[in-house]
Amino acid sequence: MPEAQPVTERDGGTGRASAPAGGGTGQQHDPTDRGHFGPYGGRFLPEALIGALDELAAEYDKARHDPEFGAQFDDLLTNYAGRPSLLTEAPRFAEHAGGARIFLKREDLNHTGSHKINNVLGQALLTKRMGKTRVIAETGAGQHGVATATACALLDLDCVIYMGEVDTERQALNVARMQLLGAGVVPVNTGSRTLKDAINEALRDWVTNVDTTHYLLGTVAGGHPFPVMVRNFHAVIGEEARRQILDATGRLPDAVAACVGGGSNAIGIFQGFRDDPDVRLVGVEAGGHGIDSGEHGATLTSGSPGMLHGALSYLLQDDDGQTIEAYSISAGLDYPGVGPEHAWLKDTGRAEYRYATDAEAMDAFQLLSRTEGIIPAIESAHALAGALRLGQELGAGSLIVVNLSGRGDKDMDTAAKYFGYVDDHDTGGRS
Amino acid sequence: MSGLDAVFAAARSEHRGSLIGYLPAGYPTLEGSMELLGAMIDGGVDLVEVGVPYSDPVMDGPTIQAAAGTALRNGFRLRDVFTVVESVAARGGHAVVMTYWNPVHRYGVDAFARDLAAAGGHGLITPDLIPDEAEEWLTASAAHDLSRTFLIAPSSSQARIERAARASSGFLYATAVMGVTGARDQVGAGAAELVGRAREVTGLPIGVGLGVRSAEQAAEVASFADAVIVGSAFVSQAGSGTRAVRDLAADLAGGVRAPSAGEARPSGLR
Ligand SMILES: Cc1ncc(COP(=O)(O)O)c(C=O)c1O
Repeated sequence: MPEAQPVTERDGGTGRASAPAGGGTGQQHDPTDRGHFGPYGGRFLPEALIGALDELAAEYDKARHDPEFGAQFDDLLTNYAGRPSLLTEAPRFAEHAGGARIFLKREDLNHTGSHKINNVLGQALLTKRMGKTRVIAETGAGQHGVATATACALLDLDCVIYMGEVDTERQALNVARMQLLGAGVVPVNTGSRTLKDAINEALRDWVTNVDTTHYLLGTVAGGHPFPVMVRNFHAVIGEEARRQILDATGRLPDAVAACVGGGSNAIGIFQGFRDDPDVRLVGVEAGGHGIDSGEHGATLTSGSPGMLHGALSYLLQDDDGQTIEAYSISAGLDYPGVGPEHAWLKDTGRAEYRYATDAEAMDAFQLLSRTEGIIPAIESAHALAGALRLGQELGAGSLIVVNLSGRGDKDMDTAAKYFGYVDDHDTGGRS
Repeated sequence: MSGLDAVFAAARSEHRGSLIGYLPAGYPTLEGSMELLGAMIDGGVDLVEVGVPYSDPVMDGPTIQAAAGTALRNGFRLRDVFTVVESVAARGGHAVVMTYWNPVHRYGVDAFARDLAAAGGHGLITPDLIPDEAEEWLTASAAHDLSRTFLIAPSSSQARIERAARASSGFLYATAVMGVTGARDQVGAGAAELVGRAREVTGLPIGVGLGVRSAEQAAEVASFADAVIVGSAFVSQAGSGTRAVRDLAADLAGGVRAPSAGEARPSGLR
């Protein structure tokens, strides 16, 4: 697939400067100096961590304007992660989408199997620049943990991954991968024993070991500068996708769809299209067993503003401000919070958010496997389900780009149970 | 002189440190928590810190996490904290509330301040609210005459210490070690240094917490700080009932009155 052709702007052009390589040094959508996107974001964390956040913000600011850092980052993305990732048309899948054309941004083809590697390589390089020797991270699906363990092996950093016990069970393959890569995996058995609690435990570690340790947060949540920094490390997804769809079709898409857990793969692809006002940006959250069931992870759809893990954003919470546990068949979307920039994109109307239930996501999971020979991550299958519905709404001749954020190997156990390929009474949530 | 100023002034006039004890509201039950706090006051605590149980307590170690979980499972509702504060005041004690910020944000910052003041509470300690984000709280606390205690840590720059001190009233909270709550054998050596750095920029009383569990440690901390803050050790004793809590309070109250505790302490506000 050709790449990096000069872009012909057939949509009337927005005068958008093409963002430089190295992950979005363009600052026009940056938050305020204190990390606010409108009213959202900021830093709601213990004072003990503020020094580390300041240090990180300063180092990131230097790095993003340092051509040498940009070159290092680009080199790793190209020669280690395998970028640019492909943009693949999915015509047989699209037959189920009301006559829309659907293209898949193939983050599943990156080294380690998901978009997570982009952010991880960026932050791992920053860790080295700061002279820290130890990295901690949380993981839900295990993809961020695997990517982090991978980068730590590559760059010779000590690595500890916090993972909820529920997730160590449903993503056992990824636990083994992390261990093989030399990371310590700490199962977390507090609270809901999923991603939220893994982040709590990682924050407790960080506050204790902040002198030597970088917390390599895996999504666009957390206190400033994490949301803007992680976004910019993933902006390469949208930059490539925009070029590639113009090359392939000569026009911009009508909609870009991505799943939203914390929101990193979504913001990464949105970033490439947010200045194209005619492109709809659609985030698809985890609908679990349905919004009315109360068992879901649809934070932007049904949550309210509140603080979790360091930022003001939307949150699943009760009347007392206690966090409500999320639920999703997909570990990576099983999170009651969401990155603050998504809250702002929702309130301003620039992006729209909907959800796909477990059942809809699993149907799309199977459909893509059988029509295109691509097994997606269950997280990404939520975006696919959203695209099927968007296609019906937009109609024949419409054009949709879906961020295929990861591959489904890690989900085989869940899928085999769900579809009854193995004899197991735990159907993984089809009840 | 606000209520809290009087509490610290009274201890100072006796040439001793103040003792601040923490327990979560609603632990193990609402009634039980009021009895335990009563026992703490009977044992000689100068100020009680009423904790708000929260689902995601990132500053807390296993002991306080578990207690918060128990309180929530036993039906703690946020408004119950005002009932607990009222019970402390009714017993002649003094209370501040320690809370993560989201419950207050959700309740409404001004409404929370209003209801806390009405219950007889003196103010708030805010472990995950930094002055940079506290505009609404600065306004509400002024409107309802409540004290604001922000935290400083060994990792805080001098500029940040100054900022926290300037935003605080009543007292400033110095976390003795880097880490989460939990009783420790040693209070970090950095604590005295941190208090020293804070004294360069503020005349506010300074409380030191995170890890204190014995009379000896209390005496040591009181030799350089104005107040000794004890949390996890009380929560551990709470499991054994009111007598254990009262005994621990009495023991620690002896610690802040030890001669060594009185000697090196500054004699008053500068
Ligand atoms: C493949 C994949 N997609 C999406 C997500 C959700 O994260 P985010 O919303 O930050 O992209 C995860 C998280 O684990 C993931 O592994």
